[in-house]
Amino acid sequence: MEKISLTGQLIQYIFTGITVGSIYAMVALGFNIIYNVTEIINFAQGEFVMLGGLIMVFFSAFLKLPLPLAFLLTVAVVTGVGALMERFTINPLKNATVLTMIIVTIAVSILLKGIAMFVWGKDPYIIPPFSGSEPIVILGAAIQTQTLWVLLMTAVVVVLLSLFFKKTRYGKAMLACADDPDAARLVGIKVNTMVLISFALSAAIGAVAGAIITPISLMEYDRGALLGLKGFGASVLGGLGSFYGAVVAGILLGIIESLCAGLISSGYKDAVALLLLLLVLYVRPSGLFGNVEAGKIKEF
Amino acid sequence: MLTLKSVHTFYGNIHALKGVSLHVNQGEIVTLIGANGAGKTTVLKTISGLTPAKRGSVAFEGRDITRMAAEEIVRSGISHVPEGRKVFGTLSLRDNIEMGGFIRGNKREVRADMLHFREKFPILADRWHQMAGTLSGGEQQVLAITRALMARPKLLILDEPSMGLAPLLVMETFKIIKTLREEGTTILLIEQNARAALHIADRGYVLETGKIVLQGKCQMLLEHEEVKRAYLGKGYREVWED
Ligand SMILES: Nc1ncnc2c1ncn2[C@@H]1O[C@H](COP(=O)(O)OP(=O)(O)OP(=O)(O)O)[C@@H](O)[C@H]1O
Ligand SMILES: [Mg+2]
Repeated sequence: MEKISLTGQLIQYIFTGITVGSIYAMVALGFNIIYNVTEIINFAQGEFVMLGGLIMVFFSAFLKLPLPLAFLLTVAVVTGVGALMERFTINPLKNATVLTMIIVTIAVSILLKGIAMFVWGKDPYIIPPFSGSEPIVILGAAIQTQTLWVLLMTAVVVVLLSLFFKKTRYGKAMLACADDPDAARLVGIKVNTMVLISFALSAAIGAVAGAIITPISLMEYDRGALLGLKGFGASVLGGLGSFYGAVVAGILLGIIESLCAGLISSGYKDAVALLLLLLVLYVRPSGLFGNVEAGKIKEF
Repeated sequence: MLTLKSVHTFYGNIHALKGVSLHVNQGEIVTLIGANGAGKTTVLKTISGLTPAKRGSVAFEGRDITRMAAEEIVRSGISHVPEGRKVFGTLSLRDNIEMGGFIRGNKREVRADMLHFREKFPILADRWHQMAGTLSGGEQQVLAITRALMARPKLLILDEPSMGLAPLLVMETFKIIKTLREEGTTILLIEQNARAALHIADRGYVLETGKIVLQGKCQMLLEHEEVKRAYLGKGYREVWED
């Protein structure tokens, strides 16, 4: 009996870890998409998740729209926010250095947080799980149905992104920009447009993450920074710019955090991410899966 | 077809082109020769819009393109094969070639051209799905030229296409250039190997520290004493033995 319950507990921790880790993975993907095209680290990435959660609350709980519609509208609105951010803050700074741009993204994140506080106040919000609140029992572990939604949506995001970058003209053009912006311009790819798409896409992914995690972990105006930090950690851990690295590192980070919280103390869980990040940067600056070139971050 | 009028180009404070004027007529092969750092690459980058001129003008087919963005200039019919190839390293050969046709609307024609080049250059066909970054220098060069041709340019500008290639591949590149001209593409060429360039081209310009110091038919340049001494290597032995 004892034994089963311990396994059950471990499975529970791991599932929780994968769930949170999926969110980190999506934030990390957002970082990577923008980084690849522009070399900018977008510190407003976490705010996209926060907005995704709160706007989902607005559409589904406040306006009582059907779930799929609320979800799509949420993604659309946040995508718009990402696009506007690029057009009004990044795009006008034609000749600014990458560092300047990064500082601008920090300013935008503070602004978005302020707006969210103004609109939604300081209280956390929750919405019901997407389908039924009765947990499923697997090997003695109670798994929330929303967890399955998170896993499903993460898988959908990863598959769609791979298809976008491997199969579509614009996806390939974005990779081309990442490889060599000058050469991309020479074949007629408008780098400005690709930068815009990268911000919109990252915002969309953030919105998905925010919308699906809110039934599990609630959402409030100031959650963006920490989510951004964890996602950034996953991104660096996986090798800045590496697509699969982000997914693996995000989930790994989530699991380690969750095990640490469960087996040691939840007080340390946020420190784990940072500790892991520092350790990896020290031992392997290019990240677990990154090529050495991605160690470019040291430029700053 | 292409006319540069006293073009000045800067890199920050560095005055790289100090009033370059040149022209390329329809159907010609024109070459630009000069020592390292003379500004040859900068001339091409100024034409294709990567480093726009600060003063002077660049006109293509009667249109002023001096201030046009690079991504627009390629749409007007100029393709630039940049120095050092600059293929998209993480994309497959196939996708590199597809990106070359990015500006073209007709998907079916783009696909047909891709197949055409695949058959024309077996070197590419063998590695069709390989990442371009893993190709050898020579293979990348063929890829870079193919990518530029995918835009169906009226004017092709090539920056040292034979750099770092084995003699056999150099011959191959020059053959490609000749065929292109026969097919009606106008060409502006920079070559480290000035003798070969002057043999293939109709006219040439000699660039020295950002200025054109000499121009004329290639035959004339090949026989010019200064050119012979400075760029064709003739006379070296005599100097050496002094
Ligand atoms: N990105 C840059 N920033 C600053 N200066 C540059 C840059 N690129 C070129 N220059 C300078 O401009 C001048 C012309 O350079 P350019 O590359 O056009 O020469 P080049 O004739 O192509 O030489 P090479 O035969 O070595 O390729 C050189 O003095 C060079 O130092
Ligand atoms: Mg050069």
